[in-house]
Amino acid sequence: MKLGIMVNEGPFTHQASDTAYQFAKAAIEKGHQVMRVFFYYDGVNNANKLSEPQSDDRNLVKLWGELAKEHGVDLVVCVAASLRRGIKDDILADGFRISGLGQLIEVGLAADRTITFGD
Amino acid sequence: MEDTETMFDTEGVTKNFMFLNRKAPYGTIYAQEVLELVLISAAFEQNAAIVFMDDGVYQIVKGHDPSVSGMKNFSPTYKVVEMEKEDAEEDEDIDMVWKIIVEKESMEARGLSTDDFIINVEVLGSQELSALMAEQDVVFGG
Repeated sequence: MKLGIMVNEGPFTHQASDTAYQFAKAAIEKGHQVMRVFFYYDGVNNANKLSEPQSDDRNLVKLWGELAKEHGVDLVVCVAASLRRGIKDDILADGFRISGLGQLIEVGLAADRTITFGD
Repeated sequence: MEDTETMFDTEGVTKNFMFLNRKAPYGTIYAQEVLELVLISAAFEQNAAIVFMDDGVYQIVKGHDPSVSGMKNFSPTYKVVEMEKEDAEEDEDIDMVWKIIVEKESMEARGLSTDDFIINVEVLGSQELSALMAEQDVVFGG
């Protein structure tokens, strides 16, 4: 199945990004395709490469980047939501790209299912 | 920023999108950013149900004045959503159908009626709304 994923919360305060990541990973392991993960609202903070969690904790920014690299998942952060929150090219983590909300509608059209994580 | 833009072939695809507004207009950013998403979606000419339920019904209540709290009053922009809906109805070249819906129970529980809203809405009970929700291909909430 072709899947689109929307992440609506930043890392750590909410578990949404963790759950979305685990879901994406499990789906890929089962042979499904994750076409795109779109980060909106505070979800854009998942793309901040300055994030530096304690060494014994998971690093979601890196985990997402690795998922993108290993499985060719397209990670898109919303440009309008990003600018509000100071997420710009110079602090954008590897594997992410900044683009418009149209990318979310597009994956909604292209995917068999679009799943939202967050409030 | 990576310059490789992934594109999907969506030509000729039409789906039913629901935008679910469940939160009060201020206090969190969800209402404002759902509104931005709704407006962008218009360019794709898809069917859309824009729903206001729970505290989300306050988003379209008349007379917002958040200036005292330093927030931006974005409620006039809902008029643009209404305009998109009306344009789609009037223009024969536009196939998309937009609906603007308020959940009856949410409205009544807050002592509101359709006269209190800045835009024209269709009122649906929760059972009718859940039936409509079941018909959707994609649901985005906030």
